[in-house]
Amino acid sequence: MELPLLVALRDDGSVDPDLDPKFDAETLRLLFRKMVFLRALDEKALHLQRSGRIGFYIGAAGQEAAESGSGFALQPGDWLFPSYRDQGVALLHGYPLSALVAQLFGNSADATKGRQMPNHWCDRSARVVSVSSPVATQLPQSVGAAYAAKLRGEKNAFIAYFGDGGSSTGEFHVAMNFAGVFSTPNVFFCSNNQYAISVPVSKQTASGSIAAKAAAYGIQGVRVDGNDVLAVYRVTRDALERARAGCGSTLVEAITYRMGAHSTSDDPARYRSGEEVEAWRRKDPIARFAGHLRRLGLLDEAAEEAAAVEAREEIRRAVAACESAPPVPPESLVEDVYAEMPWHLSEQREWIRKTAGS
Amino acid sequence: MATMTLVQAIHDALALEMERDPRVVLLGEDIGRNGGVFRATEGLWERFGPERVIDTPLAEAGIVGMAIGMSLNGLRPVAEIQFADFIFPAFEQIVSELAKFRYRSAGQFIAPVVIRTPSGGGIKGGHYHSQSPEAYFIHTAGLKVAMPSTPADAKGLLAAAMRDPDPVIFFEPKALYRTAKGEVPEGDFTVPLGKARTVRAGEDVSLITYGATVHVAEEAAALAQEEGIGVDLLDLRTLWPLDIEAVVRSVERTGRAVVLHEAPRTCGFGAELVALIQEKAFLHLKAPVARVTGFDTPFPYALEKLYIPDARRVLDAIRAAVSF
Ligand SMILES: Cc1ncc(C[n+]2csc(CCOP(=O)(O)OP(=O)(O)O)c2C)c(N)n1
Repeated sequence: MELPLLVALRDDGSVDPDLDPKFDAETLRLLFRKMVFLRALDEKALHLQRSGRIGFYIGAAGQEAAESGSGFALQPGDWLFPSYRDQGVALLHGYPLSALVAQLFGNSADATKGRQMPNHWCDRSARVVSVSSPVATQLPQSVGAAYAAKLRGEKNAFIAYFGDGGSSTGEFHVAMNFAGVFSTPNVFFCSNNQYAISVPVSKQTASGSIAAKAAAYGIQGVRVDGNDVLAVYRVTRDALERARAGCGSTLVEAITYRMGAHSTSDDPARYRSGEEVEAWRRKDPIARFAGHLRRLGLLDEAAEEAAAVEAREEIRRAVAACESAPPVPPESLVEDVYAEMPWHLSEQREWIRKTAGS
Repeated sequence: MATMTLVQAIHDALALEMERDPRVVLLGEDIGRNGGVFRATEGLWERFGPERVIDTPLAEAGIVGMAIGMSLNGLRPVAEIQFADFIFPAFEQIVSELAKFRYRSAGQFIAPVVIRTPSGGGIKGGHYHSQSPEAYFIHTAGLKVAMPSTPADAKGLLAAAMRDPDPVIFFEPKALYRTAKGEVPEGDFTVPLGKARTVRAGEDVSLITYGATVHVAEEAAALAQEEGIGVDLLDLRTLWPLDIEAVVRSVERTGRAVVLHEAPRTCGFGAELVALIQEKAFLHLKAPVARVTGFDTPFPYALEKLYIPDARRVLDAIRAAVSF
């Protein structure tokens, strides 16, 4: 089954009136700055990793339209179940940059006590659920959270992010099926960036698209040009509104491309050609949106440069504020395992106090 | 003999067995063109083709379920689970199916699958790239469990596992992939499953471990020697079925034992070792058998060094055992 690919920003420079979110000039500029910010964050984090100041990083270069367009559509009461690559969405949903950067360092400035690798953050107050590495585990959880809201008559939407690889898991099937059966207010946002590490999407599924799978579960499916920030915003906003209105769940598939490595541990030259990367580089979502804004007279080179400089400065300040915080205290190792510390962990804490660092 | 790293030795075993036995197929995530995220299957896709070195969709239950089916119908599959931390989606297939085929069919159906998976910490991988889940599988009747600590054992044990009639969960200490280097016999070479290796002989205390902590134990044993304490260091190599004779023989001689692993303490394999030692060598014991283990917490990111037992912790336990 073929689903049409929804595109707002057409090649000829016009905008499809049916998909145009009709943002005012200020909003368009803001959206652009958010995308530029994400690219700058990636560059800084990769630099921090290469210079040994943080241990690891998962970048999202090339996916800024999918991240920002969808994140821009969230409302404060909505819940976000992110994957490890969705820092862009989290920031738009109220996760503070300072906290995100502190998590990269995993020192005592990190609200999660250095427990997890970089990119595995959370923020209860922003309704950003804790990121896990195991792929797609968040999908059925988002259905349960949505069910709870539905039970209480609350009108929030629950958006969960995952990749094309994640669509092969059992959890994907379970989540779509449960969402269909229980008619929950969910949006499943698949960032189809063409690869699961080295495995191309053609080896994940023999189905024409991931969005097409929605039909089999009795939920809505949409395929959108993931490098078109306006189209991504529109389809995500519509899906979230349907969810909040009690009209059920939607599976959004955003077709995009991971321009960089899977993570700082990966070497993409091993499994894809330079020409392929180059071809997608020409579809860079930031350049595409910049072109649109320039045509509208809303952006010039100076403004573009200023957006990047401003972003780099904000990120630099966030890094400076937390990088030299002291390490997490050793006895925090045994905290938060249970609500109340059982005897065996008290013993282990005692041992740490007596011996660690001595 | 050739000098190899542990991951090269794994690669050598896979390549030789694929050459020797056309029934051998490999399947897993990123094992084809990419050669595996740790490069254990580097070049095998090019050499043996995509039908024998299979990049699967991202679904561990699918990988193991498919491997079981392949083995039921005459292939010798080796499934790679990219990190042991991601084996749990396949837990159902492993525990309910793989482990039980022989028993539930009274030997009519056997599933000689090898599941290779990198385990353990030491790479700053946090909760999900560091765990040591061997105890779950030892606890499951019908599975063999092995974990090498040297390149030679990695090659020999893996080749033996691939020829074994029973399913084997083969844990590869990822921290050793490139740090452990050693002489490895060239060509056909196996190390029998179920046989421990004495790393160094000593008279005062038995130190029993496996995998990455063998190297920690060697360091601790050398420090103990400087204090005049002779450590009898045993590398189990196969965790289950255990080389119980080697364990009992050692403890009967020394009368004292320390068991060491990186996995969490509670219900870790060390608990079984302690129980067996007191059951089978009680009258020889001069001190309580001690455990040195990881903590009963999820595997941490920032505090990884604190979590993983180091030589000093092992030395403390050795001293306590001899001065009891
Ligand atoms: C259950 C599980 N299996 C394997 C892995 C190892 N792994 C980490 S990311 C990844 C690829 C994920 O690809 P995709 O879902 O497309 O998301 P992307 O990383 O491209 O955003 C794999 C195989 C994992 N994290 N979880």
